[in-house]
Amino acid sequence: MSAKGTRDAYGEWLKENGADKKIVVVDADLSASTRTNKFSPDYPERFFDVGAAEQNLVAFAAGLSLGGKKVFASSFAYFETGRAWDQIRNLVAHDKLDVQLVASHGGLSCASDGASHQALEDLAITRVIPNLKVLVPCDAEETKHALDAVMKIKGPTYMRLRREKEPILEKSYEYKLGKTAKMQEGSDITLTAIGSQVNFAVEAAKILSGEGVNAEVLNVHTLKPLDRDTLVASAKKTGRVLTTEQHQVNGGLGGAVAEVLAEEYPTPMKIMGVKNTFSETARKQSELIAHHGLTAEHIAEAARVLIKKTRK
Amino acid sequence: MNKKLTVPELEALSKKTRAHLLKMIHDAKSGHPGGSLSSVEIMLSLYFNVMNRDPADPEYDRFVLSKGHSAPLFYTVLMEAGYIPESVNNLREYGSILQGHPDAMKTKGVELSSGSLGNGLSVAAGIAAAAKIDGKKTRVYCLLGDGECDEGLVWEAAMMAPSRKLDNLTAIVDRNMLQIDGCTEDVVCLEPFPDKWRAFNWNVVECDGHSYTELLDAFKQASEHKGQPTVIVAHTTKGKGVSFMENNVGFHGKAPNDEELEKALSELGEA
Repeated sequence: MSAKGTRDAYGEWLKENGADKKIVVVDADLSASTRTNKFSPDYPERFFDVGAAEQNLVAFAAGLSLGGKKVFASSFAYFETGRAWDQIRNLVAHDKLDVQLVASHGGLSCASDGASHQALEDLAITRVIPNLKVLVPCDAEETKHALDAVMKIKGPTYMRLRREKEPILEKSYEYKLGKTAKMQEGSDITLTAIGSQVNFAVEAAKILSGEGVNAEVLNVHTLKPLDRDTLVASAKKTGRVLTTEQHQVNGGLGGAVAEVLAEEYPTPMKIMGVKNTFSETARKQSELIAHHGLTAEHIAEAARVLIKKTRK
Repeated sequence: MNKKLTVPELEALSKKTRAHLLKMIHDAKSGHPGGSLSSVEIMLSLYFNVMNRDPADPEYDRFVLSKGHSAPLFYTVLMEAGYIPESVNNLREYGSILQGHPDAMKTKGVELSSGSLGNGLSVAAGIAAAAKIDGKKTRVYCLLGDGECDEGLVWEAAMMAPSRKLDNLTAIVDRNMLQIDGCTEDVVCLEPFPDKWRAFNWNVVECDGHSYTELLDAFKQASEHKGQPTVIVAHTTKGKGVSFMENNVGFHGKAPNDEELEKALSELGEA
């Protein structure tokens, strides 16, 4: 299994597609980290570094889009959403501007920098904004598919990427924005995952399979608009839904799934994420994933508990 | 849509504009008269003399109202300029295209929604930068309030625009000295205000914001200045043109009642 960072895929994609003169890239003093520096040397006239100023990043991007450009604006996921929420809501989303907010260092992937840098609330605060699509590719390959997809449409998107190298997953589906992907079919429980947790959900399904449990794994690469049909159909089939995300348990994937199921097909759930707490420093992301109980083994164990509680 | 008026014609239009925006606010029973009245000459200069608003010209000039609470003035100007039918007279009513603050999704002629303060200059800089990329002659104008300059983003944009040499960008600050909680210098001191912009590498022009001669000269200086963006610090009077509203912070966001409207219109000679 090969490995690559989703941010690295973004940098490669910008370089591969940079000749398109519609594209303008804006960064906020993190271009080496977000990988927009793969674009800037070839196209300096279409690259803007606004400095450490995230509100300006988003508002300036809004202006470039009003000037007719397809704008990619990048920073760390926490700073871009947390520090510039007003500009995302009132400018980019309200006016349906063609601005792609592609942010790196999502979830626990910014482990060593500690709590101030870790985006654990970004999905909650972006998915409540009307008109804004929220995309979280599961790996580097899917990142490029998502970027290709946003090139074909107009309007605002928040795309959460990550710092670390991650495995490229085996997939049998064709990426379609807005369509939840099935990593594998199953009938006993639905493991619903987002971003880098998709890999752990797939691994958990393998563990469970050894115990005779047949898990369905859903990859919610599009958190908004959420594919209600696929989710409800899976819940009807399995009768149990577990969600896993590197995000607070409130307001993220778990919340989004619960909102749909509560209305359409109330289903026993387990929401796995960071449990209403700030995270902390670790030299390895894997230490934080273990600390917050989000490894494949943790998911498998939570699945066993949910199955036991809801035995038919 | 692209008519150019002389100074006497603009002066005649000032009174009509003031009367119209006050009627709108009176009818809506809410809105912001003070900062609408202080920006009248600035807006009319832009729309009826300075800006190229030819819709057929891809290099037309762009305007961003950052102080969104001057919406009643903005709508009055957009009506006079032909973007909105003059028959529309339902500011802030449910279903109206005339939202409480400017809404680009609902109102023709509004380039950017605003209302949350401090955002416009950064957006205007983005439009100016896009025009530079395309080699367009487009000029971008952004009107800010002075109280609005408390917002940090104004200064993020103020730092960036000169570093990108956006000389096609002109900011105008309606320096009326009042914000909701009182005098700008008592709330958080803005002075030395023009010096702050100079220190940020802007070309600074100060003028009487109610004198068309001075305003048009300031805009001319801005368009001729190369290598730096220009800020016009337009010294104005909040509530200008209506004696009991002038320098009265009570009329920042309060509609005139029947009696006050009548008095205002009579002072403006538009009763």
